[in-house]
Amino acid sequence: AAPLQVRLVVPMTVVFGPGSVPRDLSRPLPFRDMQEMEISVNLRTSVTSRYEMRYRSTTAQEEAALSAATAREADAALHPLQDTTMGSLTMYVVPETSSLLPQGINVYVGKQRSALVRAVGSLAALQARLREVTQLMSFTAGSIAAALSDRVPSAQLGPDARRNLKSSLGYEITFSLLNPDPKSHTVDWDIEGAVNRYVKPVLDKLSLVANFSVDSQILYYAVLGVTPRYDKESSSFLLSAHSLPHVINPVEARLGSSAASLYPVLNFLLYVPERSHSPLYIQDKDGAPVSTNAFHSPRWGGIMVYNVEAPASPQASLPLHVDVDMARVMEVFLAQLRLLFGLSREGVPPEFLLESPGNEGLADWELDHLLWAHTVENIATVSTTLTSLAQLLDKIGNIVIKDDVASEVYRAVASVQSAVTKLSLGHLHAAFQASKEAVTSSERAFFDPSLLHLLYFPDDQKFAIYIPLFLPMAVPILLSLAKIVRETRLHRKEPTKMD
Amino acid sequence: GRMAAAVLLLLQLLLAAGPAPGRADAGQERRDALREELLLSPLPTGDVAATFQFRTRWDADLQRGAVSHYRLFPKALGRLVAALGVRELHLALTQGFWRTRYWGQPPLQAPAGAELWVWFQPTVTDVDKAWKELSNILSGIFCASLNFIDSTNTVIPTASFKPLGLANGTDHHLLRYAVLPREVVCTENLTPWKKLLPCGSKAGLAVLLKAERLFHSSYHSQAVHIRPICRDASCLAMSWELRQTLTVVFDFFSSGQGKKDWSLFKMFSRTLTDTCPLASQSKVYVDISPKNKEKELLEVSPPPTSVHEAVVQGEKKTYAVYDLLSPSLFNTSRSLNVQLKWKRPQDSSEMPIPTLHAQRYVAGYGLQTGQICTLIYNTHPYRAFPVILLETVPWYLRLYVHTLTIITKGKENKPSYIHYQPAQDRRRPHLLEMLIQLPANSVTKITIQFERALLKWTEYPPDPNHGFYVGSSVLSALVPSVTAMKDTDVEQSPLFTSLFPSSDGSSYFVRLYTEPLLVNLPTPDFSMPYNVICLTCTVVAVCYGSFYNLLTRTFHVEEPSRGGLAKRLANIIRKFRGVPPL
Repeated sequence: AAPLQVRLVVPMTVVFGPGSVPRDLSRPLPFRDMQEMEISVNLRTSVTSRYEMRYRSTTAQEEAALSAATAREADAALHPLQDTTMGSLTMYVVPETSSLLPQGINVYVGKQRSALVRAVGSLAALQARLREVTQLMSFTAGSIAAALSDRVPSAQLGPDARRNLKSSLGYEITFSLLNPDPKSHTVDWDIEGAVNRYVKPVLDKLSLVANFSVDSQILYYAVLGVTPRYDKESSSFLLSAHSLPHVINPVEARLGSSAASLYPVLNFLLYVPERSHSPLYIQDKDGAPVSTNAFHSPRWGGIMVYNVEAPASPQASLPLHVDVDMARVMEVFLAQLRLLFGLSREGVPPEFLLESPGNEGLADWELDHLLWAHTVENIATVSTTLTSLAQLLDKIGNIVIKDDVASEVYRAVASVQSAVTKLSLGHLHAAFQASKEAVTSSERAFFDPSLLHLLYFPDDQKFAIYIPLFLPMAVPILLSLAKIVRETRLHRKEPTKMD
Repeated sequence: GRMAAAVLLLLQLLLAAGPAPGRADAGQERRDALREELLLSPLPTGDVAATFQFRTRWDADLQRGAVSHYRLFPKALGRLVAALGVRELHLALTQGFWRTRYWGQPPLQAPAGAELWVWFQPTVTDVDKAWKELSNILSGIFCASLNFIDSTNTVIPTASFKPLGLANGTDHHLLRYAVLPREVVCTENLTPWKKLLPCGSKAGLAVLLKAERLFHSSYHSQAVHIRPICRDASCLAMSWELRQTLTVVFDFFSSGQGKKDWSLFKMFSRTLTDTCPLASQSKVYVDISPKNKEKELLEVSPPPTSVHEAVVQGEKKTYAVYDLLSPSLFNTSRSLNVQLKWKRPQDSSEMPIPTLHAQRYVAGYGLQTGQICTLIYNTHPYRAFPVILLETVPWYLRLYVHTLTIITKGKENKPSYIHYQPAQDRRRPHLLEMLIQLPANSVTKITIQFERALLKWTEYPPDPNHGFYVGSSVLSALVPSVTAMKDTDVEQSPLFTSLFPSSDGSSYFVRLYTEPLLVNLPTPDFSMPYNVICLTCTVVAVCYGSFYNLLTRTFHVEEPSRGGLAKRLANIIRKFRGVPPL
């Protein structure tokens, strides 16, 4: 891959509340400091992250806000006092004995771009804690490596790295209800209400990252590709974890490709098993039933199995009417959506308390997290695309580059340069916009149909055409060569005879 | 493990979000409905035509609303209609040719190959771009070569194709029409078509759609029609209708040992076992109309649920109806295998001739000029009626419009309306639309001469000696009916009568397609360039070889040792003669 050097700058403010300033502070407040971190991806790709920290003490207003009863109230009161540009972070250090944070909790991460951190004795310990919080709220070496997964040797990547969706200008989300047995079940789902209630707020927030379109469909007689195993003990059917990869393929054929757009599709399937196969449970690798009865497929979407309670009396008339509990279903689908965007809140240390983002489903700092990763990924994609275009031109010299293709390439280069500069200045949003433009231009240049014209006239065909010329012409040359060889041999023999 | 943690977290935030979703529409009636229907009609020649129709009606506005939720209506088509501003879409893929003269008027006819005509919404600004995009997407959905539709085979008819559904205005600039006569229809086109059905091919009438039988037939035509319709009689709101139709003609007379008896199993090698649970109506109609006012010659078994009488295409018809949704039908036997037997052999000499039928052929000889002849027959004993003829001719046949002659009963017949758009080389085809009055009991002959153009060598298709297709011409007419028809409610009447709107009781709408033409164009010898290369190269190589030899060889005089054969012979003769040898 092409060499790539990116510097990510995170502007952050550390505010010390009264009685929380570490004893071994070397300089008087306020002062500026800087921390650099190298994220190693591969030999030719280097990502440096730099935290530009500004240490200061609280203002009177902030002091008043920090004296609130709970962390949530304090966070809400502090919000109007902060720098709210994207990518910037504000940390409030509260005294070790503060009652704002509950017992055993050392860090509280709010809904926006700020956190409350409990003071520790020394500056070094505090900085270590701060680093942990900033990485959670901006990016970690892991999230950057996942964004650059094309360049990382596959052995180094964790299983989670390949789960995240590739950065794209838009996504299509399709909810499908699979009813393989419409004779026994009439399934109704209020998908319209559920989308408006649960999905829309999240997508409104995510609209900064990409365009989203949502639709839904009901597919009848769509069956999974695997026949579940009957378990006598629980009198239920089981799908084991190792058979799950085979489940999707036959369903996929029915889902209907998104013919009208080029964006990647996220599929969320709700499967109501046939009467003869219900109840159906998914087992994990250890054989225990999965509590959500759902699983996801990396970069594709998720499937949830929704069991219908058996009727009280066996002679109840068919079909059974089923109303899907959309809150339960959407909970799972939204969790899967977060997973696919790499926004899972797993792996957070227990001493951290994360404020739930509420109806929006996404905190501001999580959005930043996504933007950091996508910007880096976009820059890497553009560099790869332009490099392969250049390599193609090196290889096949007679491809004609039209003016409009050339101007797209120039535009892509300019945009990607501006994205890199803006990242190193800490302007996350501007950098992301520039990287998006760069992707659009570079793809347009790379996939321009005019580049294809000459690709299919290989050189060996020219040889085939000229063989009738070359072959008869080669005959006298070869014959005379043979003659020369013969004569030189004779010459060599003759002198020995003369001697 | 980690999934549960994430879900737990979301559970918290969702519980905070508000009360559980309301069940506002639980008791609401369905906004979409599916009707399916199979019409079996014995044809005069002994063949049997089977026409499937699946109609999905959706009481929703596809044009508005960013989020759309599909149930019975297929998402792929719905998105297409919404995204490209389609008002009406008619796509037909056909293999074979419906022989109107022998088989009678078809319920739905389509030209051989692929036919696509689309009305766009008035809001669409760039119709050509939308048309191009639409044909590309459709070619992906139906695995057909519709992506070959471009400006050279697209026309804008002014009179022949009116919207079949609701339409405010009929500005024909929103219409596009194209035919690809070369298109071959096969299983790969049927599979995606079946996938659009809500029940797939798993239940209901669609179980009969077995590809190996359907393509073992003399005629196969599958179509998709999307159009907006009135939601109710007051027509204040709009609904969308998707009709998927499939017509097959099975040739039993020649393949079935001269017997005309047939059954569902013989035709499709399947029988009907259950209904599609999503269909609100599922019926099989069998045409048992008595021919020639005689007593009923045929017998159907099992006994039909009911008998339906209607006037279809000007004729009084009787249909045996099997309602698959009626509980009595599957009570007696587990499956339904409709059988038809002729009581006594029927003399096939007197075949009814349809009121309107047509024929087209290419006349002339040589590879320079030719003539397209179209014969239109009106066999109505006393009524004359007008017909609109639409001809689309590719640009490489250069029509001479001044040679256009229309002759009926030996006299010239002047068309009351002519719309002619000349072709432009490599840009657009010829379009000729005429309104011609057909006198009663007459044959009208329309001829026009053309010159064959020379193509560039890259423009020839593979196998150019096969010839070039010219699409079918289209005849649209309101044919006077022999029997008066009653106005019926469209929602109640069978599907096969309700695609074309009927104007009044005295006439019915017919659209006919003539045969596609196969025209030979002057075709160059494609091996010629290679031959020339070979020949010139050989000449060059021989010249080069002798020059090379001349330049590189050294020449020296060689003493003759004994001389050649001629010399020896001469010396022998000289010896005899006593002359000194040479």
